[in-house]
Amino acid sequence: MSEFLQFLLSGITTGAIYGLIALGFNVLYNATDLINFAQGEFVMLGGLGFYTLGTVVGWPAAAAFAAAVCVVSLLGLLLERVALRPVKKPDPLTLIIITVGASIFLRGVAMRLWGKDPYSVAGLAASTEPVRLWGAALMPQSLWIVGIVVAFMTGLHLFGKRTLTGKAMEACAIHRNAAWILGIPSDRMVLLAFALSAGLGAVSGVIIAPITMCSYDMGTMLGLKGFCAAMLGGLGSHWGAALGGVLLGVLESLGVGYFSSGIKDAVAFLVLLVILIVRPAGLLGASAVKRF
Amino acid sequence: MAALGVVVSNPYEQQLLTIIGIHTLLALGLNMLMGYAGQISLGHAAFFGLGAYGTGILTTHFQWSPWASLPAVLVFAALSGYLIGRPILRLSGYYLAMGTLGLGIIVHVVFREWDTFTGGASGLVGIPPLTVGRLMVGLGRSGFFAVWGTVVLFFVLCGRVVDSRIGRALRALGDSPGAAAASGIHTAHLKAVIFSFSAVMAALAGYLYAHLLGFISPSSFDFLMSIRMVTMVVIGGMASIWGSLLGASVITLLPEWLHVFSDYEMMVYGLILMVVMIFLPEGLTRGVLDAVRRTRARTASS
Repeated sequence: MSEFLQFLLSGITTGAIYGLIALGFNVLYNATDLINFAQGEFVMLGGLGFYTLGTVVGWPAAAAFAAAVCVVSLLGLLLERVALRPVKKPDPLTLIIITVGASIFLRGVAMRLWGKDPYSVAGLAASTEPVRLWGAALMPQSLWIVGIVVAFMTGLHLFGKRTLTGKAMEACAIHRNAAWILGIPSDRMVLLAFALSAGLGAVSGVIIAPITMCSYDMGTMLGLKGFCAAMLGGLGSHWGAALGGVLLGVLESLGVGYFSSGIKDAVAFLVLLVILIVRPAGLLGASAVKRF
Repeated sequence: MAALGVVVSNPYEQQLLTIIGIHTLLALGLNMLMGYAGQISLGHAAFFGLGAYGTGILTTHFQWSPWASLPAVLVFAALSGYLIGRPILRLSGYYLAMGTLGLGIIVHVVFREWDTFTGGASGLVGIPPLTVGRLMVGLGRSGFFAVWGTVVLFFVLCGRVVDSRIGRALRALGDSPGAAAASGIHTAHLKAVIFSFSAVMAALAGYLYAHLLGFISPSSFDFLMSIRMVTMVVIGGMASIWGSLLGASVITLLPEWLHVFSDYEMMVYGLILMVVMIFLPEGLTRGVLDAVRRTRARTASS
């Protein structure tokens, strides 16, 4: 029983992070109908940036956190301006390949800057003493992770429902041209979505860094898992992303615990295939699956 | 090409040309699915690996002759392609992309983890080469001719398919699935058939790859390989048979040329991918043809 609880807790921790990465995908998808295959690279850059500023330069954790997220958000803006805006005929496949190119490029940059070695990163929690919970150990870092994810989820929800900018963004997500006619600067909303999405990726990177090793090639799998979680919950649905992420994390953790660690990556995608075939719109998604 | 095979005697270049041939087979098969039928697959390395591991396991663990394993592998690829394609191709767009991506990753994990048969992460060694009488087909000139012979065969075959009734149905499907269905095309069946066809081509490429190299490991059939295959199709030009050849050549040669950049190799590769897609979204074949046409029009008008 305590073993099961242990798997459950560690599953929820990684699942929360998958959910946050998925949220990054969703924010961008809602605003632009685009899936950014470089999202995982933003996660990686967030983690490594936090390592450099916090552990190497010696900034306090909060400052390093904020700075890493800001820099990566700017990179998100840059990606839209430099690589995606100039495309004349924005065919989805073309855009996918461009973001794949961007992800390879960013991975190359990271390999130059940080080398190929993995780094271990100090956590946000002051103590590393685990909390005992019915026989299972809970690391303080896990509490931080879940707390931060919940905070960002609620923050984003409130941003969308309560602020003018957030409402404008939602309007763009529903219908870009209609929003534009009503005087919403949809171009700027797209930029904002890129920055927000990259920033969320970076936050995920900062909080996952202490529980895994950080290296230049960590992004690909994390990005795919986040994408998987977004699909699982229903592409475009924020609460779906959270649900999909946690479900994915828990199933993975149980799979690793009861079978073998080698099948970790297969679990996520097996679940996804089943969901896609049985209920293609995802758990909380709208039923029509027609948008590219 | 045959002339090239006789002229080039440097083993490194022969080997490179042979690999280009294998990649051309992969790109051509995927182009039939993506370019003509308009169905994306981000997991086609699974079928490439299926061919390679299928024949690898049959010939090393069960001592089959490579010639006996060829039909077995191709039939298996065709069946699994159809059976997987039927449900998965009901999806479209990103959902299809994600479904096929997941398939590719699951198959890759199976190659890596099922080590009693696949040799696990360290790979499968000692796959026997193909033999014709006393001639052993290796990576040298014989392999070159074997691979490019197959490529030419499939160029002709695909050219015929594209100009046939099935080819027109495929393009109709790619342009508008609804209109295709309304004109009496059984779209679900047709999609699965073309998926199966491209799976067979990928498996055949894998079969050749395994027997020429004699060694395979899971990293040759991972997610990045699937992406590389899609890139070959898109860079070369969708719905273009010659584009597949061009795309496969460029994507295979690029890393070789980029070796001079050593540590910057990955950055330059990513940049080239982005630049080509930003400025020539129709792919190199169409892009170059259009540029030629524009210059001609300009000189004609002036």
